Amino acid sequence: MQVAPAVELESVSFAYGGGETVLREVDLRIGTGEFVALAGPNGGGKTTLLRLVLGLERPAAGAVRLYGEPAERFSARDTLGYLPQRASLALDAPVTVREIVAAGTLPARGVFGPLRRADRARVDEAIALVGLAERTDDQLRLLSGGQQQRAMIAKALAGRPRLLALDEPTTGVDAESQEALGELLARLHDDLGVTILYVSHEFGAVEHHVERLVLVRGAIVFDGPPSELPGLWHDPSHVHV
Amino acid sequence: MFESEFMRLAFAVGAVIGVLAPAVGFFLVQRRLSLIGDGIGHVAFAGVALGILLDVSPILTALVAAVAGGVAIEWLRSRRLAAGDQALALVFYTGIAAGVVLVSLAGSLDVNLFQYLFGSILTVTRQDVVVVALLGLAGLLCIAVLYRAFSAVVIDEEGARVSGVPVGFLNVVLAVLAALTVALSLQIVGVLLIAALMVLPVTAATRIGWSLASTMLLSIGLGLGSVFLGLTISYYADLPPGGTIVLVAAGGVAVAAVGGALQSSTR
Repeated sequence: MQVAPAVELESVSFAYGGGETVLREVDLRIGTGEFVALAGPNGGGKTTLLRLVLGLERPAAGAVRLYGEPAERFSARDTLGYLPQRASLALDAPVTVREIVAAGTLPARGVFGPLRRADRARVDEAIALVGLAERTDDQLRLLSGGQQQRAMIAKALAGRPRLLALDEPTTGVDAESQEALGELLARLHDDLGVTILYVSHEFGAVEHHVERLVLVRGAIVFDGPPSELPGLWHDPSHVHV
Repeated sequence: MFESEFMRLAFAVGAVIGVLAPAVGFFLVQRRLSLIGDGIGHVAFAGVALGILLDVSPILTALVAAVAGGVAIEWLRSRRLAAGDQALALVFYTGIAAGVVLVSLAGSLDVNLFQYLFGSILTVTRQDVVVVALLGLAGLLCIAVLYRAFSAVVIDEEGARVSGVPVGFLNVVLAVLAALTVALSLQIVGVLLIAALMVLPVTAATRIGWSLASTMLLSIGLGLGSVFLGLTISYYADLPPGGTIVLVAAGGVAVAAVGGALQSSTR
């Protein structure tokens, strides 16, 4: 039996509120267990593409499937881990790393499910995986940008995702932490077999770890190993159709 | 003070509201929906007016109107039919306008209306205490059961939505809880000031809390303290209870701001 790809887009077009077309006739297949970077200039449609994949937006034309099911009606949502852009995570309240990561176990437990001993163990395990065991009870706002992203990755991992999607995870993160983030994701991919979709306008942090690089600018303008990327496009601000 | 029956009843109702209002407000504030209580309060005013016009319990009609208003705001917001603040403004102004028209029709544009606008402890009956206690405990039980789910939405609404958490359902439940809080607080604090009791203790607690759970518990403690201290001051100084409670809560924010600043400087 043929296994459905993790992500499949067929002739997908999209426009916000009937405005200008953001994506046109996009075809994309991402297999289970792949580590793929979706890159491109700001406004090129890569975040929109990710939102379509996650079922947060519906295509104007074409089909988006997750593991063979229509993305907006995907039945196993608790197997999806998602890190939105950091700006949408601005919290006023003091919240600890443990509280953040515990929230990641909710989809599997259900809204009425208590946090059992096994869930607590998963929380500790996820925090240890991202190297924040020493900071478990610290407030998120006292952590560096890179550590905050690690905490959010731990939250996603606590749900034991099959697919992990990250949107601009290196925004506001220093170069050293970006490298560390790339290495962490590579380790999670290798050790846990998680399918990873990494969306960013700068892909330097994962260039040496991803198997595929997909450049998006209204359409897919490059899809292949980073080593085959034409030199001109190494700086995504120089992407031209 | 407690030799007076009306003060005992006021403290009983105040104890429920002092816990419930900040507990519900905690999630509203974190989601930057602090003014939703105000919007629902104004719709509750239309409910009170309808009760006066129809000669049925204004608290009951306020509860129905508040729930309808809370769900309407959430519906408009979630369907993106209006931005959050515009949805609030629409319901807010429609509520107060309907209230004024209905009260005028009932011929009750008089001093009795003030008890619902700003609260009056003299109006609390034993039957009210039973209703407030039962509905209030139901609300608190709901928050206790859904605490982790509400927290997950507060921490990352979009991430929760992607992972299949029923965010829409939780938002409606929160709107209904806010409406319940407004209706139960009518007599003590009044529709115009109830939102303050949902927001100010949380604002204060956010400055001194060290985790989500501690901030929630501090909010409840400060809410309860504000109600008890406010009622006591209003009794001895012969001041309106709603206004006094809210001023005490505002004082709490000032003290917490100083405490928070000192905490940061010693860190």
